[in-house]
Amino acid sequence: MKLGEKRATPYRVISVIILVILALLFLFPLYWIITGSLKPVTEILNPTPSFFPKEFTLNNFDRLFAKRSAPLWELAVPFSAQFSARHQPIIFSAGPTVPAAIRWLVNTVFMAVAAMLLTCITAAMAGYALAKKRFQGRAILFSLIVCAMALPKQVILIPLIKEISALHMWDSLWAVIVPTVGWPFGVFLMKQFSESIPGEILEAARIDGSSEWHTFYNVVTPMIKPGIGALAIFTFINSWNDYFLQLIMLGSGSNYTISLGIATLQSETSIDLGILMAGAALAAVPIIIVFLIFQKYFTQGITMGAVKG
Amino acid sequence: MKKLLAVLLAMTMVLGLAACGGNNSQTTDTPPASTDAPAPAETPAEAPSGADSITVWVYPVGGWGDEAKVKPLIDKFTADTGISVNMEWLAYADGDDKVNSALTGGNAPDVIMEGPERLVANWGVNGHMVDLRDMIDDEDRSEILPAALEAGTAADGSVYLYPMFNVAHCMAVNYTAVKEAGAEANIDLETRTWTVDQFDATVKALYDKFGGTVAAVYCAGQGGDQGTRELIRNRYGTKLTNADHTAYTWNSPEVINALTDLKNMDGIAFDASLQGGDEIAKFYQGVLKMAFCWNAAQQLDPNSAGTGEGKTLTGDEIVYMTFPTQPGKDPEEGSGVWGLGAFDTGDAGRIEAAKTFIKYMCDSENCSQAGDISNFFSCRSKAEGVEIKSSNPLLVEYYGKMMPYMGEYYQITKGWAGARTEWWNMLQRVGAGDDIAETVAKYEANANAAAAAG
Amino acid sequence: MANSPNKISRALQRRENVAGYLFMLPSLIFFVGFVVVPMIICIGYGFTDANMNSKTAATTFVGLKNFIDLWQDETFLLALKNTFLIVVVSVPTVCLFSLWVSSAIYHLKSAALSAFRIIFYLPVITGSVAVTVVWKWMYDNYTGILNYVLKGAGLIEQNINFLGDERFALWCIILILFTTSVGQPIVLYVSALGNVDQTLVEAAEVDGATDIQVFWKVKWPQMMPTTLYILVITTINSFQCFALIQLLTQGGSGTNTVMYYIYYTAFKLTEQRGHFGYANAMGVVLAIFIGILSAIQFKLGKEK
Repeated sequence: MKLGEKRATPYRVISVIILVILALLFLFPLYWIITGSLKPVTEILNPTPSFFPKEFTLNNFDRLFAKRSAPLWELAVPFSAQFSARHQPIIFSAGPTVPAAIRWLVNTVFMAVAAMLLTCITAAMAGYALAKKRFQGRAILFSLIVCAMALPKQVILIPLIKEISALHMWDSLWAVIVPTVGWPFGVFLMKQFSESIPGEILEAARIDGSSEWHTFYNVVTPMIKPGIGALAIFTFINSWNDYFLQLIMLGSGSNYTISLGIATLQSETSIDLGILMAGAALAAVPIIIVFLIFQKYFTQGITMGAVKG
Repeated sequence: MKKLLAVLLAMTMVLGLAACGGNNSQTTDTPPASTDAPAPAETPAEAPSGADSITVWVYPVGGWGDEAKVKPLIDKFTADTGISVNMEWLAYADGDDKVNSALTGGNAPDVIMEGPERLVANWGVNGHMVDLRDMIDDEDRSEILPAALEAGTAADGSVYLYPMFNVAHCMAVNYTAVKEAGAEANIDLETRTWTVDQFDATVKALYDKFGGTVAAVYCAGQGGDQGTRELIRNRYGTKLTNADHTAYTWNSPEVINALTDLKNMDGIAFDASLQGGDEIAKFYQGVLKMAFCWNAAQQLDPNSAGTGEGKTLTGDEIVYMTFPTQPGKDPEEGSGVWGLGAFDTGDAGRIEAAKTFIKYMCDSENCSQAGDISNFFSCRSKAEGVEIKSSNPLLVEYYGKMMPYMGEYYQITKGWAGARTEWWNMLQRVGAGDDIAETVAKYEANANAAAAAG
Repeated sequence: MANSPNKISRALQRRENVAGYLFMLPSLIFFVGFVVVPMIICIGYGFTDANMNSKTAATTFVGLKNFIDLWQDETFLLALKNTFLIVVVSVPTVCLFSLWVSSAIYHLKSAALSAFRIIFYLPVITGSVAVTVVWKWMYDNYTGILNYVLKGAGLIEQNINFLGDERFALWCIILILFTTSVGQPIVLYVSALGNVDQTLVEAAEVDGATDIQVFWKVKWPQMMPTTLYILVITTINSFQCFALIQLLTQGGSGTNTVMYYIYYTAFKLTEQRGHFGYANAMGVVLAIFIGILSAIQFKLGKEK
């Protein structure tokens, strides 16, 4: 309603024009990935680029899929290496052999979902405690968390590798998941969010004889749901994009994530833009489709999390 | 919220299913390799006799970067020895990082394929590799190319690299473009050598005809840096390190003059956005008319694109050449040696299995096949009585024309990894227009500091 | 807020301690185990000449040597300068740009509004490596679309070597970082604008305030918490530019950052004695700077 009342001043008109141009520029890389992945190699490499593919082909995907293969699904049981002979982890494997790129996608989804679930659970509990429990050492803990939040992982690179290796987790997806969960941004976010829970409600629950866990599970969780949503999205995207951890923690091709896989394709002796773009499209398109389907939740989640700063 | 999570989980499964359904046709024959993985847990008893599975990491050395070409040989190895192989292909850009991060945590693979600058000079002398001396008897010594064996041997006589194949790195020109520019007189198809003047005239002709960049002194990173090194050092004929490989000597008038010439030459660009691999791709596209990062494997399958030997994407003819020299002086081509090494994993059984693998690939009747895969030249004339010879006519021709000019293997100089970085950073500074003599002096000093600190 | 601390009895305090730490426990296992402990080890390493080749070169204590050497290391100083340049440029531009975009799209119809929101968010979810790979192709010196378009438009005569020229390379990287950073702030600002108290806006308008005055005097103060949050996430984002450097320039063309240099020293200079120690010392210095930066941001946030 209020929108209709606003008059179309010259400023507004110009700003919409600028916005449209900017939007096209923001869309362009994605457009270029998708069209690039569908162009024949000769067209990709032509010094005079064609804005719209003259000829469509799936050849790039064929070549990408022909490169390597791997079983669809394998999962190392965490810590199993400690108990098994020769410290070989126990591995569950299932599914037919598929092109490695598909396996990378499966790996990435597993990694991002696992990191997301673990982060949401641990951070929701910790954030609630930091906001509502007056335990000793709380202030120090919180400052530590704030300071560690912006810390790039490169800083702790060497000790982290040694530690993960000592736990026999190196070269498994857990090596990427575990440090992601340890990253304290989620705790900070959930703390900010839990601050807004009225103390009276918690007090009332206590007087009713509700246990601490019950209070958290039945009273607190429903109230911080939007915050958990925001964190879930944030963690999912972050771990999907965390090229660095994946680079240093994953050794074998069947454990790669899609990002790492594309990066490896890029750095081989023969550079094949067609295959690269096919890989990039494979990495981008599924998650974008998911995003478009759930974009309402995405934006709601993000929004609700922050405004409560 | 729950809904969102449920949906995400469902998505995971659907993706998985879709992958199952959609790609069965792509599935190649599936040896049940993955099911072997839990096996060691059940059979610890036979440990002393050698492990039943090993991990092998290979850098993409020639054709060994192509899974489809390597797989039959690996399958054959598994069938013959009962040792299953977990094969991983590294990339040059992040392969070192991968190995070093594995070493940091004690997760090194059992076997690795690369050149002496890593296997010997870096990992070997620093105690990460197994000495393979006992695998090489007098007969082997007589069969293996002495220079290659020497490159694989550390100063104390330990052999950290069992040589497999070698090649002389050369350069290439787009012969079709050269003919169009009317400069084919400069190119002697018989000897494939040329002088600096002929090279300069060719660059000029190509530049006049096509404009833009004829050839790039690429320096975005260390990838393929042998090309720029050999181009620069051959121009006035000099060496970049001292004879006993302990220090760098590239701060010389020869290098400074060569850089000055190249910097001032129309058509030659110091390009800090390209590495060797990018340069090959640009040459293959026909954008660049010369490539400095070339060898037999590239000639056989330019850009690993599978579009026919000696042809660019557009079908232009590629001619390989030595690096240009002063008249009357023989070129010195960059030397490439590759082989296998075994990491010291501290597990006798695994080391035993690793040696079995190395023996199988480097010193058995399979040696010939292993060499053929690479598209390079086997380092030995005979293995276990079997004569080794390349049958590919192009390789035979390349062997005759280029291999006599192969220079010494100086990449084992101390502090090599640091020095490589100084080299491409130096080229970037020269390209950006810094004073050449000062720049060369500064980066050589850095490289020597790295060598001294090592 | 709920309880005033001085009224809490000791028994109650103990209960709070137990409950508090039990709730913290799962998170602390990960946080302490994989952030705090490595950080402490990192500080320890910083004072030694630790290296990858522990079999042949023993680790010894070298005191402050690494920390002193750092300030003589030209590469490190350049990397430090670049790191701060990236943060100092990208944080304010991202904030201002997203503020402008959100205030401009806020007035649009809801379909257009969400279309714009999605479009600006797309680079975030496309994934950093996919984005980097395609930008590398677009920036290409020979066959890149950017040079083609600029040349076609007559803006440049010669192709620009975007990633190979130190005058442009860092800015090209900042531009990519920018496109992958603005998505979330825009979504946040749009919703913050939606939460602005309309009665105050109307009151100001009745008093004859211009649009600009209304924005800065009425809306902006109410959006402060959102701004703080955006500052924090944008800063975090700016320190995560590793993939861009690694895949585009490998620290060349004047684009080195401390994050990349740490990685480089740790895993490429393995022949150098004490390279782990040196890399860790750099990490400690960077961590100190980041700690100070975070403290300032929160101080500013608290005052508002």
